[in-house]
Amino acid sequence: MAIVGDFFRHNLTEFLHDSPSAAPELHVLAVDDSHVDRKVIERLLKISSCKVTVVESGTRALQYLGLDGETSSLGFNSVNVNLIMTDYSMPGMTGYELLKKIKESSVFREIPVVIMSSENVLTRIDSCLEEGAEEFLLKPVKLSDVRRLKDFIMKGKAKEDEKRSLKRMRSIDCSPPPSATCSTISLPCDPSPSLLSPLSSKKARL
Amino acid sequence: MDRNQSRRQVAAMKQSLFDQGLLDEQFIQLEELQDDANPNFVEEIVTLHYRDSSRLISSIEQALKERNPLDFNKLDTLMHQFKGSSSSIGAKKVKAECNLFREYCRVGNAEGCMRSFQQLKKEYAALRKKLEAYFQLARQAGPQETACRSK
Repeated sequence: MAIVGDFFRHNLTEFLHDSPSAAPELHVLAVDDSHVDRKVIERLLKISSCKVTVVESGTRALQYLGLDGETSSLGFNSVNVNLIMTDYSMPGMTGYELLKKIKESSVFREIPVVIMSSENVLTRIDSCLEEGAEEFLLKPVKLSDVRRLKDFIMKGKAKEDEKRSLKRMRSIDCSPPPSATCSTISLPCDPSPSLLSPLSSKKARL
Repeated sequence: MDRNQSRRQVAAMKQSLFDQGLLDEQFIQLEELQDDANPNFVEEIVTLHYRDSSRLISSIEQALKERNPLDFNKLDTLMHQFKGSSSSIGAKKVKAECNLFREYCRVGNAEGCMRSFQQLKKEYAALRKKLEAYFQLARQAGPQETACRSK
């Protein structure tokens, strides 16, 4: 009985902390064709305690995310990017085109995308926001912009994590196991001592 | 020259660059990103800017030679990049010259482009010279002068 309890308690911990990055560090992918701007945004993000990946083009960004069709997509956010910041005017693929590609992806569409531009063109801003950009920042980007952005994203991420754990807890429904050691949460099981039945009933649902 | 005197000189030089309208707030923003681990960040960024600028100036010069007619779109694109780079280091006056050049591109004024480009090169050279002197003095005065951020 105690062994069963331990087993479920262990799985319970994994359920609730399913995100491997329990650390609150944000991973930002920054895209800019200007070497100067890449260095600056990297510094701004590092000072704001973010993990940074910087690339020089939309094409490289898609490659990094695994969306370029060359590598078969893993079907999930394996690079664990929490925010994408991209310049608007870039040769080849513009930031707007990159934004569209990201929003078309089932894996990455939920990731907030921020557009940076030195030009305050209303129609440009409108079309980016319409396409799903989180925000439009005027260059040169300041530390206060990055800090504000980070706070906003972290709040959203915290809400998402909370929602996800609540969802998990609710989707598991059944009577508490006979061992009382871990019944803060109900687990899929019938009171049979065999550990196979919860797993097989799960499989059937899939 | 004692430390304090050096620092005062550096501060005075910086103030002068602002008073002449050569630098803007962005330069200060960059300085605030410096710390003990990255005491020369601004100089590093400015050096990168020089590299980009040299390349762009050459490209623009080349494009201006290809007259009959001038490719204003190409010129505008190149100048947009130059302007962006200048803006990122706080080069106020140079940035203004870039904007003027782009206006001339927009209305297709070839003479205006050529004139404004000559002026731009002058401004760029002048700023570069002054910044080199500034960074040299700043380095001599010691890292405490430019590093504003406390950890």
